[in-house]
Formats: sequence, structure tokens, C-alpha cells
Amino acid sequence: MLEKAFTGSKKYYALLAFLAGLVALGFLVYTRQLTTGLGITGLSRDVSWGFYVAQFTYLVGVAASAVMVVLPYYLHDYKAFGRITVLGEFLAVAAVLMCMLFIVVDLGRPDRLFNVIKYYTPGSILFWDMIVLNGYLFLNIVIGWNVLEAERMGVKYKKFVKYLIYVSIPWAVSIHTVTAFLYAGLPGRGYWLTAIMAPRFLSSAFAAGPSLLILLCLLVRDNTKFDPGREQIQSLAKIVTYATLINVFFFFCELFTVFYSNIPEHMDHFKYLFVGMDGKGQLIPFMWFAIVGMIVAGIALTFPRVRKDESTLALTCGLVIITTYIDKGLGLMTGGFVPNTFHRVTEYWPTPAEATITLGVWAIGFLVLTILYKVATSVKEEVRA
Amino acid sequence: MGMNRREFFRIAGLSTLMGLGAKSALELVFPGQVEAQYAPNAKGLVAKRWAMVVDMRKVNDKIAQACIEACHSIHNVPDMGAPLDPKDQLDPELKIRREVKWMWTDHYHNAFPGEEHDYTEEKVKHLNFLVLCNHCENPPCVRVCPTKATFRRPDGIVMMDMHRCIGCRFCMAGCPFGARSFNWRDPRPYIKKINESYPTREIGVVEKCTFCTERLDQGLMPACVEVSKGALTFGDISDPKSKVREILKTNFSLRRKQHLGTNPQVYYIV
Repeated sequence: MLEKAFTGSKKYYALLAFLAGLVALGFLVYTRQLTTGLGITGLSRDVSWGFYVAQFTYLVGVAASAVMVVLPYYLHDYKAFGRITVLGEFLAVAAVLMCMLFIVVDLGRPDRLFNVIKYYTPGSILFWDMIVLNGYLFLNIVIGWNVLEAERMGVKYKKFVKYLIYVSIPWAVSIHTVTAFLYAGLPGRGYWLTAIMAPRFLSSAFAAGPSLLILLCLLVRDNTKFDPGREQIQSLAKIVTYATLINVFFFFCELFTVFYSNIPEHMDHFKYLFVGMDGKGQLIPFMWFAIVGMIVAGIALTFPRVRKDESTLALTCGLVIITTYIDKGLGLMTGGFVPNTFHRVTEYWPTPAEATITLGVWAIGFLVLTILYKVATSVKEEVRA
Repeated sequence: MGMNRREFFRIAGLSTLMGLGAKSALELVFPGQVEAQYAPNAKGLVAKRWAMVVDMRKVNDKIAQACIEACHSIHNVPDMGAPLDPKDQLDPELKIRREVKWMWTDHYHNAFPGEEHDYTEEKVKHLNFLVLCNHCENPPCVRVCPTKATFRRPDGIVMMDMHRCIGCRFCMAGCPFGARSFNWRDPRPYIKKINESYPTREIGVVEKCTFCTERLDQGLMPACVEVSKGALTFGDISDPKSKVREILKTNFSLRRKQHLGTNPQVYYIV
């Protein structure tokens, strides 16, 4: 099937070349980070995780959201999603790959990466994150590939694949839960110390992931002979609607506990993010845009007219993607570290070098995604023909 | 290949043991020698549970600076404000961002956030508290480390293995006391005079106070304690007759962020 990746239009090759160029650029800057250290980022003693870890967290959500097409199809026999499960799974593959790369570029000593296996430490959540992410990558590549191959041959996929699919459903939930546990169990970080972090992660994931999938489906329809289908997109839109509203609801649950209890350690981080502290607050406009935008998107999507018109749907999905990205990316990391453990405000902003490396990793992800989607859509075109 | 079955099994067995524990394998070959070689120096200081008492009544700025200087100079801790080569000069913002410190001073409301009130005693309000790693009984940094590069020794000291650290900085997120520093850049251009008997660090690893384990092994008190003119007391808190216990028994003491349950082992008297 892989041969499908090597026969494409000029546009396809141009896209690959463009992405490869970005990868090369990112890699070039990364070699500088390797030799001179993470000092080329905007990170500091006070804000010791930033842009890289933020992307990682966001993308775990995108990966987990594949379950939103897998579950209705395989557990509820919702036939319409059969057409797009492979798109969801391949999106998960690309997203998990980016997650892992973001962890690697965030390490001070990537050459010692395998110490995590050599000196395995089950007490550390990072150990479990490694297991669930690798497992999820494996599950999705095996399932996606096998099901697609079976579809191409016009036969039913092998039986073991069915069991892997069943495993992949709770596994998807696990990757984002474990990722939330990285933060939610640290005693000195009031912003993260909340039981609703994993649920919030999941709700924002199930809003952002299917939103991205809708945009990708529209792109696939415009650029290939394979149509993911109107019904499919509409069903995804309903998932986005509910997930966005639940995500907003969870946010207010958090806000209630934090502010009604009036405990400073928990309030201070929200104050820094939304109104600023000690005269500093570079994230204020972003945070307000994120929460207001999320509410607007959630409410707008409840109107069938907005969902049914694919251009307004696409716009709203874009808004969901951006607002959840700000909330879970920039806001979550910086908010957790500011104010610091000494109640001081050290702000953080990614440097151009850091942004370039980040772009490079995204480019690797989209390169893999493009190739996988090329294979998938070519097979689908061939089967339909 | 001149190896018979028996030899093969012997070597295979030994290699396996090496893998499981090099010490036990060596023990087979050279019985008794390893223990003798690595046993703590006869002069070495040992305790069931090390702890420190900082008597802020005796700490003035001069003593605090002496403690910090003693610690940082013997442990090759860089001073980002004083590069050897003027071209490595950092702007004030970068200096704060890349700071590496094992011991420093901070105000009451920073070292003990949430404890201050509008009418905090003037004296306490303006004290510069000497802060360092608390060598917690339940250290969150150890809990989160994915490689055991940071670990708690049986005597309670929270240690760092800078050769195992992968630089994930999970421990920095986990520590509620901001005790940990990361080497964002090569620290060497910022070390005034390198102490050859203690390693310098490479880029990409985390470091912090170790209660001077290398000095304890030689029978010496931690460097800061030695120069503190009696302001810092270090000892075995599990021993009811120890000096630290005596001080704690007869004075009111504070610990930083006790409510987090990490059980810090640095006590403050004000």
C-alpha cells in the first residue's frame, strides 16, 4: 500500500517538499540547541516547561480524539464513521509522533533518553506516559493500516485487529489522563492541583481533535476524489458542540472552586493569567480571547444553521482549535509556573529559535500525516472506482 | 574459540550478575574487597536522619553571604552575574532566567508565602532567610523523577546523579520550594575558580544542594554549617541527644510549606 505514497500530483510533491523544508529548518536550529543547551529557549529557572511541553499536551489531546470516530463505529455500529475511522487513526499516529518528538526536544540530555527504560521507575508518571504513548502509536498504526488494507482487498480485517480496536478505546482515554496526571499531582502548583484536570483535558481534546478532523475532511474532499461525506462531518460537528460546551462547563467548575474557596495558592495563577500580577500579564488578552472564544464557539455550534453551513462550521472549528490551543498550551504551562514557588512573577515567552524548532516538529507531523492521508485517500479512491 | 561449556556458563552467569548488580558479581571474584573499598571512611559522618536548623537570630547578611559563598565555591556553582570573559555578560533578564543556585536568601513572604500578614513583626518581615533544598522526608522531586537520577538516601539526604539525569525537569515542576536549578547553558564560563575536587556540570542537567555528602564522607560538616558561626546546626534528628533535637526541643521552629506534607528537614528559628 505504501507505493501509493510515491505516486501523486505535483501539488502533493510540492506540499511534501515544503514540509521537508520546514523540517530541515527546525532540525538546523535544533542542532544549535543540542550544542549550546536549552538556553536558546525562553525557559527559565522559574518557568522550566514551556512551548514544547505545551505542544505535547495539546497534541496528546488531538491523538486521543481519534476515539471519537472509532468508538461510535466499532461499539455502536454507527456505519457512517466507517468511511473516516482511518482518517482519525492516522491523525492520531501523526499527533502521537509529534508528542514524542516534543518530549525529546524538551530534554536537556536527549542522549540519555533511554535511561527512562534502563532505570525504569514506575513511581514516575513520565514512565507511564512513555508506555501509553508508545502503545497508542502502535495500536493506531497497526489498526489503521490493517483495516485500510482489508478494505482495499475487499475483505474483512483480521480478527486480532478487532481486539486491538477494543483495547484502543480505553487506551485513548488513558493517554490524556496520564498526561493530566503529570501535572495534577504536584503539591506546590496550585493551578494544576485539581482533580478536574484530566476531565478538562479530555473535553478540550474531544472538542479540538474532531474540529481538526472536520477541517482535514474538508481539505480531503477539496483535494482528492474521496469524499469523507456530509453526514460524517455533521456528526463530528455535534461531537465538537457537546465537547466544547462541556469544556466550558468544566472551566467554570474549576473557577467556582478556586474563587469561592478563596485560597490564594489556587487563585493567584488565574489572577496572573486573566488580570495580571505585579504589573505583569502578557497572556491577559490571549486568555480572555480563549475563554470568550470558546464560549462563543460552543453557543454558536448549538444553532443547527451554523453547523449545517460548512463554511461557518469550518470557521467555528478553527476558533475551537485556536482557543483550546491557547488554554491548554500557553495558559496551562505558564499559568502553572507563574507566580513561582516564591510568589514571584517571572514571565515566559518562546524565543524565535524555540518557535522554529516547534514548527519543525509540527512539519514532521504534517509530513507523516500527508503521506498517511495520501495512502488512505488513494486506497479509498481505488475502492470506489 | 577456546571456550568450553563450563567456562561459558561461568562467564554468562557472571555477566548476568554484573547486569543485576556489579557488586555481587565482584563479590564472587574478590570476596570482601568491595566492601572494604567503598565502606564509608572511618572518619565519615553517619546519621539515621540528617537535618538542619537555621537559627535566624544568628544569621546576618554577612554570615548568609559567607554560607552561600562557601557552598557555591566548593561546588562549582556558576555565578551568572560574573562571567570570566566579559563577552559572556548576560542582560539582567537572562541572568535571572539562567540562574543556578544551591543556597540563597529570600524574604519571609517569599520563603514562607501565605504565612505573612499585614502586621507581621518588623524584624521578621525584613529578615533574609537562608534557603536551600529541604531534603524532604517525602520528596516530590524523587517521586516524579523518571530515572531515579534524584533519590533519597537512607540517611534522608535527597541526592542527585547528574550523570543519569535526562534533563526532563519534572523535578523542578515537582519541587514546591524552588530548590532546583537547570543548566540552560554551559556553566563553566561563569565559575570564578573551579574546585578540581568537585565535578562541574554539563549543559542539560538539574542540580541542587546535597547537604555536602562529599564532605560528610570525609568527616566534615556541610560547608555552610562550618562558616555559619553557629547559626546553622546540622545533625541526626533521629537521635534524641543530638544538638538539632536539643535546639528544636527548646525553641519554637518553622518549616517552609509544611501543609504540603513533604516533611521538610530544614527548620527555622526566628
